Amino acid sequence: MGEVSLVGVSKRFSVRLGRATQEVEALRDVSLTVRDHEIVVLTGPSGCGKTTALRIAMGLESATEGRVLVDGREVKGCGHDRGMVFQHAELLPWLNALENVEFGLEMKGGRGAPLRETALAYLELVGLKESWNRRPHQLSGGMKQRVGIARALAIDPEVLLMDEPFAALDAQTREGMQVELLEIYARTRKTILFVTHDLDEAVLLADRVLVMRQGRIEAAIEVPLSRPRDDVGRIRGLAEFAETRYRIWRALHPSGDAP
Amino acid sequence: MSGAAGRRRTFPRWAVTLASLVVAIGLWEVFGRLVNPIFGSYPSAIAVAFWQLVENGKLATALAQSLQPFVAGYLLAILVGVPVGLVVGRFWVAEAALGVYITAGYAMPLVALVPLLMLWLGLGFAVKVAVVFLMSVFPITINTWLGVKAVPRTLIEVGHSFVASDATILRRIVLPATLPYIMAGIRLAVGRAVVAMVIAEFFTAISGLGAIIINSANSFDTATMFVPIVLLMAMAWGLNALIGVIERRVAPWQSEIAGGDER
Repeated sequence: MGEVSLVGVSKRFSVRLGRATQEVEALRDVSLTVRDHEIVVLTGPSGCGKTTALRIAMGLESATEGRVLVDGREVKGCGHDRGMVFQHAELLPWLNALENVEFGLEMKGGRGAPLRETALAYLELVGLKESWNRRPHQLSGGMKQRVGIARALAIDPEVLLMDEPFAALDAQTREGMQVELLEIYARTRKTILFVTHDLDEAVLLADRVLVMRQGRIEAAIEVPLSRPRDDVGRIRGLAEFAETRYRIWRALHPSGDAP
Repeated sequence: MSGAAGRRRTFPRWAVTLASLVVAIGLWEVFGRLVNPIFGSYPSAIAVAFWQLVENGKLATALAQSLQPFVAGYLLAILVGVPVGLVVGRFWVAEAALGVYITAGYAMPLVALVPLLMLWLGLGFAVKVAVVFLMSVFPITINTWLGVKAVPRTLIEVGHSFVASDATILRRIVLPATLPYIMAGIRLAVGRAVVAMVIAEFFTAISGLGAIIINSANSFDTATMFVPIVLLMAMAWGLNALIGVIERRVAPWQSEIAGGDER
């Protein structure tokens, strides 16, 4: 099983503006469920709370109100049942690619030869077996993020949480990474909660897109594209693709206001 | 290799340093000879005095005497300063409780405290170690502390996301991320430890290189007085270079990322 839910989650924090303290509401009563083997994409404008929602699901931030459930059990803080892929990969610069993947496994209690084998297997999954001994600064942006994905997948979490993992990459690398993620998904069938502000990326990857505005989920849009989504070029040209993208866009601009 | 296009470096780095040394020593030799040998000295006279001290064995004895408390105090400062800096940087309670002593201790007028230290620890080895330790521990602690503060929050979050304990995060993430700062602190401490060693030898039981300085100064043998001074400066430079080599060994990613050391 791999299911993650936010139940009635709110997040408030205070910001000091000169002498006045202002209460900011980042999330207001957000509930969502990512079902087993499902890819759900959270999208919305900057500051809509999508990253905060993901970080609360991971346990890196606490909710002011509400609960986080993994497979129906309430969780507090981080756990090995969830794996996080960070926006800028956040590899440890003093470790090579293999050691970075091993780091996560060691934290889960792995040791010795089996640990190394598992780490190598996941580097192979993301196509980096040959570059196992490179340090992060010797890897391109896309390669770094692939190590980041391998590190999160290697601990075999129930759910993969991805915070705009391809946003910092150039357009071509980003498309390549999207294809690669779809392949990894086809092989591992991991439950994924994915944050992006890129609508094309949202439609391409998701089974369901949740549109957020001002700390609330405004709309849930099903993506009517079948899997496996191998031929990405063809999928991008489908009428369903454009229609779904437009529906998301409408949800982001409800009053028809120009972006 | 130079970073900017079209700006080729024609001299190696060491050649520039060497040329600078030749010019400086040459100028000292020329103008030093014009001065009464009581008020000053010059390189060739210092070299002669150096050979005398080597031949009669005084220099080797003094060096051994000086280096023991120096090495002991300096290593103790690293052993204490690094963990204290890590803990103070990482935990706010420790920072609030101890930060004030560390910041103030850095400015401690140690020379004024040496008589008191002698009352506590006597005139021998222990007081010298204490003086060296007290002079060098603060730059190491402060640099480590600042380094911990500069660790990117996201790297700590990587530890949290894999459910690493505080101790593991400190050892596996904070410590390596702080290493370049720690090495800088250890380098800064070299100079202070050398000064502390000489101070200790002046004010406690007169011994070692400090004794050579004092005794030759008292007999107006200025050239001999300069031998330990020049030797100590050269040793500090050498130790610094050695630490630089160690730094590139233990934290190679830093110079590779920064790439500032163009050569």
